[in-house]
Amino acid sequence: MTDIPEPEVTQGIPEPGAAREWLRTMTLIRRFEERAGEMYARAKVGGFLHLSIGEEATIVGSTRALRETDYLVSTYRSHGYALARGTPPEKVMAELFGRVDGCCGGHGGSMHMFDLSRRFMGGYGIVGGNLPIAAGIGLASDYGDTDDVTLCTFGDGASNQGTFGETLNLAALWRLPVVFVVINNQFGMGTSLERHSAVTDLQRKGESLGVPGTRCDGMDVADTHAVLAEAVRRVREDRRPVLVEAVTYRFRGHSMADPEEYRSKEEVAHWRERDPIPAFGEALEREGILDADTRAEIDREATARVDQAVEFAEASPFPAPESLYEDVYVRDEQVHGAYH
Amino acid sequence: MAELRYREALNAALREELRRDERVLLMGEDIGVFGGAFKVTDGLLEEFGERRVRDTPISENTIVGIGVGAAMGGLRPVVELMTINFALLAFDQIVNSAAHIRYMFGGQVSVPLVIRMPQGAGHQLGPTHSHCLEAMFLHVPGLLVAVPSTPADAKGLLKTAIRDENPVIFIEHESLYGIRGEVPEGEEETVAFGHARIAREGSDVTIVGVSRMALTAERAAETLASEHGVEAEVIDPRTLRPLDLETILASVRKTNRCVVVEEGWPHGGVGANLAALIAEHAFDDLDAPVARVSGADVPMPYSKPLEEIAFPHEPQVIEAALATVGKRPATISGGA
Repeated sequence: MTDIPEPEVTQGIPEPGAAREWLRTMTLIRRFEERAGEMYARAKVGGFLHLSIGEEATIVGSTRALRETDYLVSTYRSHGYALARGTPPEKVMAELFGRVDGCCGGHGGSMHMFDLSRRFMGGYGIVGGNLPIAAGIGLASDYGDTDDVTLCTFGDGASNQGTFGETLNLAALWRLPVVFVVINNQFGMGTSLERHSAVTDLQRKGESLGVPGTRCDGMDVADTHAVLAEAVRRVREDRRPVLVEAVTYRFRGHSMADPEEYRSKEEVAHWRERDPIPAFGEALEREGILDADTRAEIDREATARVDQAVEFAEASPFPAPESLYEDVYVRDEQVHGAYH
Repeated sequence: MAELRYREALNAALREELRRDERVLLMGEDIGVFGGAFKVTDGLLEEFGERRVRDTPISENTIVGIGVGAAMGGLRPVVELMTINFALLAFDQIVNSAAHIRYMFGGQVSVPLVIRMPQGAGHQLGPTHSHCLEAMFLHVPGLLVAVPSTPADAKGLLKTAIRDENPVIFIEHESLYGIRGEVPEGEEETVAFGHARIAREGSDVTIVGVSRMALTAERAAETLASEHGVEAEVIDPRTLRPLDLETILASVRKTNRCVVVEEGWPHGGVGANLAALIAEHAFDDLDAPVARVSGADVPMPYSKPLEEIAFPHEPQVIEAALATVGKRPATISGGA
């Protein structure tokens, strides 16, 4: 087990408006994920369901380091990223329910959220498959002479995939504006970091590929934001990729189908003591940015919004059978979209 | 019209589209300084510079993935894989990303990406470097698949591929790069997808030839006419997705017989697929079972005499065609 970083939440707390928004968004993700789990247990949600509970600070801390015009690419653990980017919870829940009003019309599901209007360029189901895509989006930004940055998250398990080495090398070689963020939640599914990676200091895994690394405390939204903001600034100005390791822990199993026999309850409890949401809420109270009532209100608002999302998803119809072949192809006079 | 080699026609298509559309860029192994392993991209680095003609490391899956991302970001990338054999390393990005992203993300984004690569046996490169895999790509919804066999089609189809909004698998053939042919001149001379080419008209048997096998079929048809009095109609489908099934069916309804010639393996091949489609749509018009002439159902051997019998040549096509018209006993195609 990686040493738990020391809390430093009093560092880098933003101005009050932003601080409250971060807490609100982390809380929304938490309540959304809990409800998604419940809906899965009630068979409202099918397939796989990978929850971000425990990892909210990595999501909010990293996405809040971006401009609206920057691009975000995530993994199959994708709900929180969509929510953080501003996709309405209704659209995300409806996607989980496989409904026509889901953000991908029910074609993608839990692992494949996407919102072009917010430049959330997707959740990707194949471990490591998203890295080259992020580099390609970075190439398009660079080619278009914009200073947009692409932020690409992936897990510690993905750092062993071929695409990790290939993409970091190419991104460094071509000076692509990509911030690679390895969300080290310390398990590649059920295999612990020290059992799947010879080098456990993941921030160093890019060094031999020309990509410098740094680390943040992924249980601390302020620290995550501070480190990511600096990484994003550096990438935007220098037009070179960097690698950031965000050390975190998922409180739930890899997916809903995970009996969690590979780790002890004590270890999970130990990390839960550093739950990023109460930690940040308490820090904001200490700083006098909000009081206990406001924290409770934020939580009630999040729950109410998730209620609304479930209601919306329930009310949304399933896609019509005749829509089965829609969007396989861009249709024109030579491509009719369905095979003979 | 100008007489060009197949590789020169491809080069002209790339050059014209690079000039026409600033969003077009090329990526691939050795396509720049080296000019392309088969010299298809010769001279393009000099004209368009390193921003638009990019040599890549040997990282096939990532090259394709970067092409996917760049296409999602608004560019029109043309990725060259040195040969189709190396596409096997890129199958995740080709199938899970290029082919499925539009559908998976509810149509919010498209992937206007072209992946060019040559296939083919005949150069004694053994099992790992002699593949003909058009059937594998044909299998995947979301991809378009082009298989040009002439210089004119090579140019016209590549221009169409680059302009299309969908991901296109553009399969060239190593043995065709040097062939010459008349190629229409003019930037807007394109060849539409989904329109088969009737390479030779005939009334006795339809022969569908895929990729290089279109030329093999044409030569076989000449012999069928001159030595056996059999007039074969030769059809080159040009694109397998979209497929111009109508032209093939119309021909079969006229000739009542069909032979499909492909270089790839028999099981789950283009011929198997076409035989099923023809049976579904024109069963009553058939006077003989649809015959398949395919590559042998083996990994490609290195030794020359073995390699020569492991992919189709004119005599096998002639025998299969004669069998369909009752001039030879029928043989069962396919392997083990």
